[in-house]
Amino acid sequence: MAAPAETTLSSSASDAVASVEMPRAARRDGTIAWVSRITFLVVALAIPLLFKNFVVFQFTQMLVYAIAILGLNLLTGFNGQFSLGHSAFYALGAYTAAIMMDQYSVSYIWTLPAAGVICFVAGFLFGLPALRLEGIYLALATFSLAIATPQILKLSPLEHWTGGVQGIVIIKPDPPPGVPLNQDQWLYYFTLAVGLLLYILARNLVKSRSGRALMAIRDNPIAARSMGVNLALYKSLAFGTSALYTGIAGALGAIIIQFVAPDSFTLVLSIAFLVGLVVGGVGWLPGAIFGGAFVLFVPNIAEGVSKGLSGAVYGIILILLIYLMPTGAAGFVRAVLSRLKS
Amino acid sequence: MSEVPPSTPPLLAVKEVAVRFDGIVALDGISFEIQKGQILGLIGPNGAGKTTLFNCLSRLYTPTSGDILFEGRTILDRPAHRISELGLGRTFQNVALFQHLSVLDNVLVGGHAKSRSDFVSDALRLPATRRGEAAMIREARDLIAYLELSEVADRVVAGLPFGTQKRVELARALASQPKLLLLDEPAGGLNHDEVGGLGRLIQQIRDDRNVTILLVEHHMGLVMSISDNVVALNFGKKIAEGPPALVRQEPELIRAYLGTGA
Ligand SMILES: Nc1ncnc2c1ncn2[C@@H]1O[C@H](COP(=O)(O)OP(=O)(O)OP(=O)(O)O)[C@@H](O)[C@H]1O
Ligand SMILES: [Mg+2]
Repeated sequence: MAAPAETTLSSSASDAVASVEMPRAARRDGTIAWVSRITFLVVALAIPLLFKNFVVFQFTQMLVYAIAILGLNLLTGFNGQFSLGHSAFYALGAYTAAIMMDQYSVSYIWTLPAAGVICFVAGFLFGLPALRLEGIYLALATFSLAIATPQILKLSPLEHWTGGVQGIVIIKPDPPPGVPLNQDQWLYYFTLAVGLLLYILARNLVKSRSGRALMAIRDNPIAARSMGVNLALYKSLAFGTSALYTGIAGALGAIIIQFVAPDSFTLVLSIAFLVGLVVGGVGWLPGAIFGGAFVLFVPNIAEGVSKGLSGAVYGIILILLIYLMPTGAAGFVRAVLSRLKS
Repeated sequence: MSEVPPSTPPLLAVKEVAVRFDGIVALDGISFEIQKGQILGLIGPNGAGKTTLFNCLSRLYTPTSGDILFEGRTILDRPAHRISELGLGRTFQNVALFQHLSVLDNVLVGGHAKSRSDFVSDALRLPATRRGEAAMIREARDLIAYLELSEVADRVVAGLPFGTQKRVELARALASQPKLLLLDEPAGGLNHDEVGGLGRLIQQIRDDRNVTILLVEHHMGLVMSISDNVVALNFGKKIAEGPPALVRQEPELIRAYLGTGA
């Protein structure tokens, strides 16, 4: 496909420039990435040593939300499927942990893989019929999941396990013997470790053949099919994996709060995840931490500004943020980085 | 290329394929064959049914009747996502790239069908996964270089010029190492010089990579200069078939194109 002479000339000129600049730019990008990672780790590791227990607990809760948002991002940001039903998977994970600890005295550590597997299966199975639904219709189907969940948790035939309206109270786990941390500090580090592991796995996934297939479906499902991508399989797997993340977050949430009850898992929670996803940046994995921070702290800040009008203040903060950073923290961070480079 | 011994079974045989969309007969019992190594031009005025036929070949549509044999076996029992693995690749009339992915990632998705992986090993980045990935990236970069796209390999597709995007689609289709490549109006939107280059490129792909080509194109100069055989459609019916020199003199074809400058 011979380009006309002018384009060939100008493009080979820009090629020459690019081939000189690219490696340097790539190296600088790599350096910035490592600097941000190390900064994050140092700050994250220092938090329990700097703050009071309640604040440490809040940061733990923020990490839990971040994990849930990470899961939602895999589904919505990378595979293009909407969900208003992630409160249901969060609840399923939370109740799995609570029931295992309360009724079967299982160690909190083992509740996480169990919650993950159960939610994966639930998400995968929900994803199968949802395959026929696109966009707004899928949002409605997941919406009904969110609406039904608290009511199902209150059903009397299930009360023996779920505790009905009362919910389940569980015991706060102690740090392993010999670890010089209090319970809040330990749970923070434990959650941080789980979160980092899940983040690395998500990052590997989106940069792999499977991840590319997910994004191909998002961008052009018909072309993806013609390239050999099994849409039914990958969309269901995306649903399952997303639910797995959110379910593990739910289990961690139950463990740190030491309590589960039906009304903590309403549609409001699903929407909070969605808001966190948008604030952090759709399709940008590190955005989850910004989203988690927003979900946890902004309602408190709003309450601090005005008790009576906290909802309105929250709304104004949200609108301002979206106005200032239309693509969430993702766009903001990118803008700052390109400022740094020039 | 066209003097294949008659005993060789065709690479593709389209048999009496008909497609009806409520009311419209898009294809009305089309039959033709492609021999290995050929370039077959498929022409016809707008709405003749060319893209509909392509969509049947890639199983996006199911023919109302008729059969499609690839290497002697029907493809109608396969879902669309199991066509690429047979060695049937395609491009789309209106570029259908993954707009938010880089050129490299687009080409890598093109190779999806000839690689294997699963969520668990991909998430864990097991050594085998890493080796497979490295090999796939090497192959994709070779293909990108072959199509002179190296300069934009790591750029996101959205925002690349249309002509470049068409070439990316070609690279993506070649990534599956197809035996038969379906090109739907590859010259659409290209200027005169680019069309000349495209003709040479298509022949080069056929010769270097052993790819048989089914070419849908409105650009008569291009079709007539590189095709071994031409099939002409009009209103879903085959109206002419044969070597370019003969087909261009068919009265029916001239009538079909009357006023459209054939
Ligand atoms: N999915 C569909 N539903 C209904 N009608 C369709 C569909 N796809 C194609 N058609 C109709 O089938 C006929 C053939 O269309 P097709 O796109 O195959 O033509 P074409 O030869 O590719 O034309 P062009 O040269 O304009 O691309 C047209 O009348 C078109 O409107
Ligand atoms: Mg067409």
